[in-house]
Amino acid sequence: MTAPLTLFEKVWRSHEVVPETADTPAVLYIDLHLIHEVTSPQAFTALRERGLRLRRPDLTFATMDHSTPTRTEQVFGGAPIGIEAAARQVRELERNCEAFGVELLGLHDARRGIVHIIGPELGLTQPGKTVVCGDSHTSTHGALGALAFGIGTTEVGHVFATQCLLQRKPRTLAVNVHGRLSAGVGAKDLILAIIGRIGVGGGTGHVIEYRGETIAGLDMDARMTVCNMSIEAGARAGMIAPDETTFRYLAGRLRAPQGEAWDGALERWRQLPGDPAARFDREVDIDAAALEPMMTYGTNPGMVIPVGGTIPERTDDPVFAKSLAYMGFAPGERIQEHPVNVVFVGSCTNGRLSDLRAAASLLRGRKVATGVHMLVVPGSQQVKREAEAEGLDRIFIEAGAEWRESGCSMCLGMNGDLVPKGHYAVSTSNRNFEGRQGIGARTLLASPLTAAACAVRGRVTDPRELI
Amino acid sequence: MEPIRTLRSRTVVLAANDIDTDQIIPARFLTTTSREGLGEHLFADWRYGPDGAPRADFVLNQPQARGCSILVAGHNFGCGSSREHAPWALSDFGVRAVVSTQIADIFRNNALKNGLLPVIVEPGAHRWLIEHPGAEVTIDLGSSALTLPGGETARFPLEPFARYCLMNGVDELGFLLERAAQISAYEARSALA
Repeated sequence: MTAPLTLFEKVWRSHEVVPETADTPAVLYIDLHLIHEVTSPQAFTALRERGLRLRRPDLTFATMDHSTPTRTEQVFGGAPIGIEAAARQVRELERNCEAFGVELLGLHDARRGIVHIIGPELGLTQPGKTVVCGDSHTSTHGALGALAFGIGTTEVGHVFATQCLLQRKPRTLAVNVHGRLSAGVGAKDLILAIIGRIGVGGGTGHVIEYRGETIAGLDMDARMTVCNMSIEAGARAGMIAPDETTFRYLAGRLRAPQGEAWDGALERWRQLPGDPAARFDREVDIDAAALEPMMTYGTNPGMVIPVGGTIPERTDDPVFAKSLAYMGFAPGERIQEHPVNVVFVGSCTNGRLSDLRAAASLLRGRKVATGVHMLVVPGSQQVKREAEAEGLDRIFIEAGAEWRESGCSMCLGMNGDLVPKGHYAVSTSNRNFEGRQGIGARTLLASPLTAAACAVRGRVTDPRELI
Repeated sequence: MEPIRTLRSRTVVLAANDIDTDQIIPARFLTTTSREGLGEHLFADWRYGPDGAPRADFVLNQPQARGCSILVAGHNFGCGSSREHAPWALSDFGVRAVVSTQIADIFRNNALKNGLLPVIVEPGAHRWLIEHPGAEVTIDLGSSALTLPGGETARFPLEPFARYCLMNGVDELGFLLERAAQISAYEARSALA
């Protein structure tokens, strides 16, 4: 009898080309390599310099999302991309994909979107696969029971040339979530609370598995929100055991197995959940029933409190003081009722259909407060079409928000969608680092529901006041 | 990659914890398609004022930082984005090692592939280094030890394969390419499964 294994250990073990030894890391096989315009150019250059070919173009899949425009006239109308260097990067990806035979969902493709939205959406991401991308939010794909993690550009080159990576086996961390989330509290609040609990470096060296009945009760969009921000706790990967919710989500998707292949896949996928007796290196328990809508107040995602809470006081901590000074906050202050200038709904964290539905549910029949700039950016063109089919775009536009084409947009502002200096932005994205959304921008991370409530009131608002 | 065995330098200190890769190299500089020239933008928003002039109060702009190749930083250095532009920017600026009590996983991997040493030391030695900027220290890969000016040594963990690659100037891709037969065998095996 073999030793009981966790979900992670099962996926890891089935992808060992060569197991690790004391002297050498494991050679780990990669089933799906997603690439985008920002972290791939130098890897293609490395291939060319060494005269290497791309080993498995059929397992490699490209899109453009980080530096692409979100204004319709720049995507479809022939208007030039505002930033010349970004336009060059987009053209270089087109050339590289052509030269190396990689399928690319280009700027005008109806299936284009943020790489972590379209992988699952197209059915490319599947339970038990190893998935990598030169982007730290690759952890998102773990929501389907894949082992998915971000890599650097040198490693992108390694996967290009060999379809493998040299990796030391990480440790395992179980985050057990129990209890029912109350109304107005969702997956974003849950993951922010988890990061607040274990800290921004607390998951370093580990793969997280989110478990418990609360997680099992989440839909796939919500599970992806949770796994997406694993990296914000320092964990390169977060995983959730595949179940009927996962299988229902994948059934019929463009690149998911079909017919007999589907039946075979289902049989394999049902073997993936961890064995009951499997042990984790660490475990953390979270009471979901006690959670409230959460919001960050500082310059990393671990600096988080309930929307109605008070900023903690930490004496003798110059870094904490510097962070609060950047944010224009004081220790002991409340963030609720603080004026808001910008609201951003989108990103690989919260740019899926259910996120847009949540934001729209609060905006229906209401207006964005005077002086607030609200930007809604769907995570993919498919999300955009589905939202429009439901009339969500009308709700946003009639409320006074901007409705854009898909992309990473204001999450990192590479494409020029920026928060002005000193402005407060309630953002459904994943990072509130200094300058992340623009030089001097002050980011308050929150759920789509909370973001919409803040847009309506023009102030930091607990969404439960409006639902 | 040039082999590295020892490194001797004065230190420059950035004591903040959780220095993320957006600080090391802000996203607006990621539109480059090359690895070169990023040192100019290292810590851009901390280093330069709104007018683009260097801030005199930022440590890397001060005369004593010149020529220092060892950066001592607070806990959890390099968290956030996977951008390899972060180690590229540090290397281009002249940094050869980062010393902390914890270094984020992706940054550490990226650093190792660029000959930038991630050095994790115990809190005691770290505190001493934070409190003594400009100290002349030696990092020796063979013994995995950082030697303080007084002769005391702090051991640091270094994955054996990474050490081998650094000390011999071996790049990992060459090693992986030599596993081609095993990779093909795996592909055949998993296609049958």
